[in-house]
Amino acid sequence: MRRSLILDVSVRLLYPSIIVLSLYFLFAGHNQPGGGFVGGLAAAAAISLRYVAGGVGAVRRSFRLQPWTILGLGLALSVGTAIFPMLLGGAILEHGTLKLHPPLLGDVKVTSALPFDVGVYAIVIGLVLMIFEAFGEDLDDELNRVEAPTVPSGSVRDEYRDLSQHLPARMWLTDDDLDDTSEASGGGGS
Amino acid sequence: MFLLLLLHLLIGSAILLSGDRLGRRAFLVAGLAPLATLAWAGSQWSKVVGDPSTLDAEGHATAGDPTFETIGWISGLNLDLHLRFDAFALVMTLLVSGIGVLICIYAYGYFSHIKAGQARLAGLMTVFASAMLGVVWADHLIALFIAWELTSITSYLLIGNDDRNPRARAAALQAIFITGAGGLALLAGLIIVGQSAGTYRISEMIDSPPSGGALSAGIVCVLLGAFTKSAQVPFGSWLPGAMVAPTPISAYLHSATMVKAGVYLVARLSPILATSGQWRVLVLVVGSATMIIGGLRALRQHDLKLLLAYGTVSQLGFMMLLFGTGEYKIAQAGIVLLLAHGAFKATLFMLVGMIDHQAGTRDIRQMHGFGAGWMPVKVMALIGAASMAGVPPLLGFVAKEKGIDTYLEYGEFTGSSVVLGVIVVGSILTFAYSARFVLGVVGLFGSDDEGRVSNQAPAPPIVFSGPAMVLTAFTVVVGLAPVIISDLTKAATLGLDPNASPSTVKLWAGFNAAFVLSLIIMGTGTVMTVLRAPAARVQAAMSKPLRKVPSTDDAFAAIVRTIDVVARRVTRTVQNGSLPTYILVTITTVIVIPVIPMIGELESLPEWVENPVHIPIVAIIIGSAVGAALVRRRIAAVVMLGAVGFAMAGLYEVQGAPDLALTQFAIETLGTVLFVLVLRFLPTRFIDLAPAVVRPLRLAASVVVGASIFVFAIVSTNARSDVPQESISVEMVERSKPDGDGKNVVNVILVDFRGVDTMGEITVLLVAAVGAVALARSGRRYGDDDGTVSSETVATGPDGNGERAEVSV
Repeated sequence: MRRSLILDVSVRLLYPSIIVLSLYFLFAGHNQPGGGFVGGLAAAAAISLRYVAGGVGAVRRSFRLQPWTILGLGLALSVGTAIFPMLLGGAILEHGTLKLHPPLLGDVKVTSALPFDVGVYAIVIGLVLMIFEAFGEDLDDELNRVEAPTVPSGSVRDEYRDLSQHLPARMWLTDDDLDDTSEASGGGGS
Repeated sequence: MFLLLLLHLLIGSAILLSGDRLGRRAFLVAGLAPLATLAWAGSQWSKVVGDPSTLDAEGHATAGDPTFETIGWISGLNLDLHLRFDAFALVMTLLVSGIGVLICIYAYGYFSHIKAGQARLAGLMTVFASAMLGVVWADHLIALFIAWELTSITSYLLIGNDDRNPRARAAALQAIFITGAGGLALLAGLIIVGQSAGTYRISEMIDSPPSGGALSAGIVCVLLGAFTKSAQVPFGSWLPGAMVAPTPISAYLHSATMVKAGVYLVARLSPILATSGQWRVLVLVVGSATMIIGGLRALRQHDLKLLLAYGTVSQLGFMMLLFGTGEYKIAQAGIVLLLAHGAFKATLFMLVGMIDHQAGTRDIRQMHGFGAGWMPVKVMALIGAASMAGVPPLLGFVAKEKGIDTYLEYGEFTGSSVVLGVIVVGSILTFAYSARFVLGVVGLFGSDDEGRVSNQAPAPPIVFSGPAMVLTAFTVVVGLAPVIISDLTKAATLGLDPNASPSTVKLWAGFNAAFVLSLIIMGTGTVMTVLRAPAARVQAAMSKPLRKVPSTDDAFAAIVRTIDVVARRVTRTVQNGSLPTYILVTITTVIVIPVIPMIGELESLPEWVENPVHIPIVAIIIGSAVGAALVRRRIAAVVMLGAVGFAMAGLYEVQGAPDLALTQFAIETLGTVLFVLVLRFLPTRFIDLAPAVVRPLRLAASVVVGASIFVFAIVSTNARSDVPQESISVEMVERSKPDGDGKNVVNVILVDFRGVDTMGEITVLLVAAVGAVALARSGRRYGDDDGTVSSETVATGPDGNGERAEVSV
């Protein structure tokens, strides 16, 4: 994969800024435009920038946790927040507020919605990471992209025979077609 | 009672969890559950049986009080676990738990060389015993059904326990297909019966018998369930197949207990339903056919176990004939037969298991007599078979004699004389195959071509033969002194039909017509045994034309094959693999159909332009949308779609919804990136391989879907104006700050007011993410192993091959 210097450098600058913005969205969301979902999407946009610049490897390096772990933790946090009041005898998702006075920041009000939102945030990020994990694999070495013939030649099947050398496209073909192409693409595997 | 069921389940699951750690001792642990049940049943004996010999003032016999127990379950559906323990349940409990204890001891001897997975049998057997007791104790039709299905499932697991043996798997599958299909019919039937009776309690049904038009259908369904379970013709083909299970399992489930569930149900419902619908005709016709065909097929077996299996089929038919009439006198004979059959058939199965285990064969052609120490086995075989054949003074004779006698005396319904004839013929066949069993064990059928393995076989140890001895002693002692079970069977008859006045069970009822018939049976049976070679030739010749008729096994295989083929065809049509077709069908269905009723609501169109800023934005949306449909390059189409989305976000911003706009922007950005990710796998241009007809179809669908969305949007916006001022949206805005502690109403709604919704949504997100990864990886797997196709993809099936031929042409 060819890398572009300008893209690399600008992503290096943009990435942390967008992440900070997404965190702002997350924390400010209860009173201003934003929220866990939007924050997560913003962070996901930052991640996709990284992907565009450095491929799936760069995305993997940005997070120490595996994507499914992030997903799981997010869901656990959200559901935990929802269930926690029930343990104290309240209703599900019952609302609570905590007023803190940390140094430098003045009065900070933390509502019980915040951990719930953090869970949503984590799930959105996890989802995007999962998708990159699933489809973002750098396949340039494995595949030579086949230009579809502009003029259909021969039968429908002949055209799909070329296409079916793309690995994912094979999923949509019937089994007998697979048999035909397996010899053809035998050498071109990973 | 409920505690006992729980105890069974507890012990069963403990054994299952312990794996093979207990080895064959698992069976001793498993024996504790039926032992406890027996002890409890013993403590209830005098209360339940009472004193049925004395008559009350009106001349009616009275049984003891049944024990009732009710466990709250789904009270909202009027569905509680009603358990009832009356004398008939006691008889069945004796069978289930009494034989259960003996089988557990026997299995301890049988599994002397424990293999992996054999301890599982003990656990499953205990779970099965719990389910079977549930069937017998249930006083609620639905509870009975649930226990009934559990017995089918555990039977399936027990038959297929040796999961590396394809025959075991096939037999297990066949058993659960047939009994499961019958179970479904049973459920429908029980619901019809329960609804027509107005109660689902069996104990109440006797006073409020069901009636109504649907009842005949209900009866047929109930009987279907009972016939499949009790291996009646033509559903009996699974029972011989089930003999691949280890002998203790066959002895327990497939002769003593589970197959009697159908008989039990018929016995319970006969006093209520015998005169309604086609109940009696169906039971008697099917029972007769089963008794005769089972007996005939038993005569042709060389495998002792299969001989017994067909014998069981025949005897189950006999029981159906005794219980299905609804005449309590005849039913009392059935109760005696239940006990007698349980005792002798379990004994015989145990003996076959011993022979199989010690000599390594069950084929009578390979038996040439047994050596020293086998005398007890031979004697037990003789006694058991004699009881089965109905030779005095054994319990089997008492049962058969009482059956014939009561049929002679009380068979007052049409066709009773025919049924009596069937019983006599069936009994002659029973005598003949019983004799075949004994002669086979003794070695008369031993063929010189086969190896002489049986002579050197070591005699079975006492732990192995002990349980059979107990049952043999029961057969002899109770046969000689039937007074032991007289009160029990009387009380059980009263349990079935409270208006009954049962009679005493006797060994010698005098030189009456029944005894003459018994003599005829034994005489003809003896003749058939002596002339067994010509008889076999006659039977073979007579059955030759029948060979052409497809057997029930063939029918079963044909049904399974047909289901397979139809399923494949349907899948090929419905799941044809074309993504455009899927989307076409899905979108048209989901969007157009709900909108059709809305068209009537479409009264006034809203103002066309509210704000001049809308005009350029909407122009961008329309332009991009049309462009997306027209361009030939995929990437261009994606970008155009993105433009639509961004313009929508602008529209939100103009309307004063920054939250929505922000989300839309983020989504659109991300969506475009993800689209591009997937596009890498596709050709750069669209190629349309669909036939020419499809194009206008797609166009029409798109227009209709677009119009539907338009109608939907307008109608739903108009609908909002009908809502009074204090609408929910106003309330949410008002309560956002005090209740949700946030100024951003949208977010407060998301995380607080409708937080449970959000929870569901994020769960869906998570599932979708996992699904996407799984899908992508499963597609990639083919490439990982260098193009070698994995075994799943090779299995193309007949249709696949046919298509390939087309391709090469």
